[in-house]
Formats: sequence, structure tokens, C-alpha cells
Amino acid sequence: MAVNGIQQSLPFTAQFKESLLKIPEGENIQACLQCACCSGVCPFGFAMDFPPGRMIAWMRAGILDEMLKSDSVWMCVSCYACTEVCPKDIPITLALMTRAKEEALLAGNVPAELQSALEFSQQYGNPLGESSRKRAAWSEELDFEIPIIRKAKRPVDILWFVGDYASYHPRSKNVTIAFATLLNKLGIDFGILGPDEFSDGDSQRLAGERGLFEMLAEKNAKVISRCEFTEIITTDPHAYNAFKNEYPQLGFDFPVRHYTEFLVEHLDEITPLFKENGKAKVAYHDPCYLGRVNKIYDAPRQLIEAIPGLELIEMAHNKSTSLCCGGGGGGMWLDGFRWEKSESRLSEWRVKEAVAVNADILAVACPYEPPRFEDAAKAITGAEKLQVKDVVELIVDAIGN
Amino acid sequence: MTEIVVIARLVPDLVEELEIATSGTALDLAWLRLIINEFDNHAIEQAIILKERSGATVTIISPEAEGVEDMLFTTAAKGADKLIKLTGVGEEKPTNLSMAQTLAEIIKEINPDLVLTGVQAHDDFTGDLAPQLADLLDMPYVGYISGISLGDGKATAYKEYPGGILAEMEIALPAVLGIQSSEEPPRYVAISKVRQMMNTASIEDRDAGVLETDSGVVIDRMYLPEVADRAEMLEGDEEEVASKLIAILQDLGLL
Repeated sequence: MAVNGIQQSLPFTAQFKESLLKIPEGENIQACLQCACCSGVCPFGFAMDFPPGRMIAWMRAGILDEMLKSDSVWMCVSCYACTEVCPKDIPITLALMTRAKEEALLAGNVPAELQSALEFSQQYGNPLGESSRKRAAWSEELDFEIPIIRKAKRPVDILWFVGDYASYHPRSKNVTIAFATLLNKLGIDFGILGPDEFSDGDSQRLAGERGLFEMLAEKNAKVISRCEFTEIITTDPHAYNAFKNEYPQLGFDFPVRHYTEFLVEHLDEITPLFKENGKAKVAYHDPCYLGRVNKIYDAPRQLIEAIPGLELIEMAHNKSTSLCCGGGGGGMWLDGFRWEKSESRLSEWRVKEAVAVNADILAVACPYEPPRFEDAAKAITGAEKLQVKDVVELIVDAIGN
Repeated sequence: MTEIVVIARLVPDLVEELEIATSGTALDLAWLRLIINEFDNHAIEQAIILKERSGATVTIISPEAEGVEDMLFTTAAKGADKLIKLTGVGEEKPTNLSMAQTLAEIIKEINPDLVLTGVQAHDDFTGDLAPQLADLLDMPYVGYISGISLGDGKATAYKEYPGGILAEMEIALPAVLGIQSSEEPPRYVAISKVRQMMNTASIEDRDAGVLETDSGVVIDRMYLPEVADRAEMLEGDEEEVASKLIAILQDLGLL
């Protein structure tokens, strides 16, 4: 009750609801039918105290304060499966789940694993806790030099935004090296930011750390705005998503494409380079932020189909129904937490699907995925011979030396 | 209201490879990045926990260094009330005694019930900042503390000994405690809250005065750990490596 004209602050549930209604299309939440498609399609819905449908129901009942005591919102992989199926077009991932994580984080309810990734992102500009000076160390393995734009002091056609895992992760780095090799072979004029590049911040944003995302975006924008280039290309769907959909909202507008779109355009130059390549069945896994979020389903498939000897097959979940690898929404930094809560791994589920369709190769197009799926393949009976390859690795393998 | 003072220092971040300066007797500071001393971070957390539990005013004092403002604003976002930066601290590390003398003058003005700092820092030879401070302030000192509760004019603290022994001790206040670890791991604070503090909180600058850098210890040579040739690499295919390994384990009497 307001006393002496002092307005008391709204309880959490009311504040939360008010903030959701301000998000674009957020008012659609009012139209929720409680059909529960979202909670049903959610790959971790079974392990959540508050799957999206219930969150809306409790919010309507005015009793969502309970949610702040639960840590189950950290099960959300931000995969957009719920958003995709919602018949009332509620932006569930963006408006509801990500906002809920922001509230949990502000309330100090952060799993310890996630906390260190966020601290590292702040201190070093990458969630792996690696030295920012070594961001381009992967390129030392190449037999040609990649210009670092600031040092080269000249315009380039392509500003290649490499990204965190592509720069540092020992497995994902191989994909980065393959892409560099291909660009060099095609005679593309490209450069990288090297030690001046910061994490794109997309996964930190989806893990509820909006302020950190904005800080990283500002740092990247400052560096990039000093470079002369035609467009940004990246192998990382999260970096792609950040530049395409999120940075413009902060006033940072840079033209960007995912490498699969870029390479499709160069297929005429790539095709003559292919050599005899054996035969293999390839199941392609759509990364959430390339497929469902940004609707790029065809470019990676076109590339696979162009490679001699490869037969493209589809798994049970494909294109708009694709299954998350488990690395989204901060999942790269929550493996232990999610195992404890659910005793299941989405990457293993996906590998089982690849085995079920007799795939020889599980093809991916996101730096999170090779290590996740390779680890999963080690644990799944029948996946002993399954190879996990990024699409660009398949291309470079088929070109040979 | 209980007054708590925390001394927080920045130390070289070991994520970067360390380089030796051309003098051969010191680290090359140009390549160093600084980070909060882990133990001091625990001291801050412990102070905030005490504040949340029973109310306190928490003052953080830090010698100036690159990035110290961001670190201080982060402590404010966690709940620290007053931020003090010691200015005029040169690149050369002052002795702990000299730093303790400077800190003691400021701390006397605050008249605290409790002074906390990390029990050690990895750029510190002697680890005697807190005991020196206790002596100058005429307060008792206990180190290696991993948990504190405050009572009337006294504190109960837990001190770890080797061998898994934990001592519970009563300490008359005011006191200086060297923190090994806080009761809960240091918390994460959202960047938005830190940024908010950058706009609203203020840092008081205090001149450190003349600091002594000559500790009487002469460094003859500083060098990186030298590579020793002690590891034996087993070569060959999986079968060969496995049989060589088994032979070695049998030789050692382990199989």
C-alpha cells in the first residue's frame, strides 16, 4: 500500500510483464493460448521448472516471483524451437526466455560455470579465458600470411570476423585454417582484426548478460569502423547473427554474410578445383542461428551437393525443426550444470539421429559444433566411425593440396 | 554500524606469458596485464557477505594501477560503500612495510572494526602486508581465514591448517584478518550494474606519499622456469605405446 504519497515499487512479476510488453511483438504474450507447443518442442522442457508456457501462465496469475528462486531458466539453449512453433508469434526466446535469464543474472542467480565464462569475456574479450594477444595465433600454422587490417593499413574486400571458438578452440581452429586456405586459394582479398577482435557477445547476450554484450559490441564497432572493407564474412553463426540482427539496434550497421552464402557465390571457381573424393553419406546439421533464426537452410546444402562423391541426406530433425547442439544460450559454458539437471546431452541425441540415417559424416557450419558432436560420438554406440566435419573442411578435403 | 576496510591489489595476470626485462632482474611490465589478486577478491566477497548478514559500511582501498578504477567500480556494484585509490604509487613495487605505513594512516581515520585483505599475492615475496598493518594499527592479526562471523566486540573466524584441520577462533575487535577464501565464491555482478556505478559512484584519491621501494633484498637474476629433460615420450602405434607403458609400470612395481 502506498503510504504518504510514496509509490511502492511494483512486485517482480508486474515489472517483468511490463518490460516484456515493451519488446517488439512482446505484446503478443497477451495472446498466448496456453497450447504448450513451446514447452513440448523445447529440447530441455522436461527438465525445467518453468518452461515458457508455464512462465506465461504464472505471470498472468501474478505469482512469477517464484521463478527467481529456480535456476531452471539456465536450461534454455536459446534455440528458437519454441519461437518457431508458437501459433501466436510470441517472440518467446527473445522476449521471454532471454529476459528471464537477465532477471536471474541481476538477482545474482548465476551457475558457477557460466560465471567464469562471463568474467573471462569481460577481462580478455573471449569466454575461453585466453590471452587476447594470441587471438590470431592460429594463423601461424599457415604457410602464407593473413593481413591484420590495422597493421596492413589498406582497404580489404573481406573483413573476416573469426570469432572466439574459431580462434582458440583446438578442434574449431582446424575449420578456421581450412577456411583461410580456401580463401587464399580463391585469391580473395581478405584481412582479420587479430588481437583487436573481441567476442561478438551473442551467446553472452543469450545467457542473460545484456550489458556485457553491449560492451563487447561497442568495442568491436570501434575497431571495425576504423577499417576499410566491402563486407564482413564469418564462419560463426552467432557472430553473423550479432552483426546482422543485434548490432544494428545499437547503431552499428555493418554488411555481413555467413561464409556458406559467400562460398555459394564462388562455386563456379571452387568446382573445377575438386578432385576424386570417394563416396560418403553426409547428414547436415542446421545450426540454430544460421537456420531457424536467419533462415539460411539452402547455402550449406548447395555446397555439400557440389562436392563430388557426397550424398546429402536428412536427419529426423532438419531445417526449421533442427535440434540444438546444446551449446546455445550459454550452453557452451553450462555442460556440467545441464548434465546435473537433466542427465542428457543434446549433442548425443543429435549424433544418434545421424547414426539412425546411416550417415558417414555429420556436417556442421558453426564453430561450437565439431567439438560437441565429436565428444558425443565417442559416447554413442554405433557412432564409432561417424566423422564430424564443417562444410568448409569437406570442401578443402575434396580439393586436396 | 560496523566499519570494514578491505585492501585490494592488482597483480600480474598469468594468462599472458611473462617476459623478463632487459635488466634480467625484473618482469617486463610493458607486457603485463593486471588482474585483481584472487585472495583480495575473496576478502571483498567476505566483507560484502558480512554487510549483507548484519549491516556494515565497506571501504575498499587500492593502490593505483592500470584498470584499478574498473575494479573499484565492480566492488561498488557488489555492495562496497566507499572507494579509495592510493595515488602516486610508482611502477616499482613498494615494500610491504612502506605500503602498510601509508595504509595505516588512512585506516586510522576510518577507525574500522575489521580490516581484511588477501593472505597473500602472487607478486609478493613475503606476504607480510597484513601483519605489518596489524602491528602499526595495534590490532591482532590472524591469517589463512576462510569464514568470519561478527559478534559483540569480537569476531569468530575459521582458520585452515594443513592436514584438513580447521580451527575456530575468537578474535577481539578491531582486528586485521588475512583471507584465504570467502564463505561463498566471489559473486558475478552484471556489467550493467558496474556501468551504472561508473556514472554514480565516486572514487576518493589519496596521495600515497613517499613509498620505500628498497626492501633490502637484492635480486641477482630473474628467469623463467627452465625446461628440464625429464619426460620420456613413448613413440609408436597404440599397441607399441601400450606395451612400453606396461613394461614401465611393471618396472616401477605398480603392476
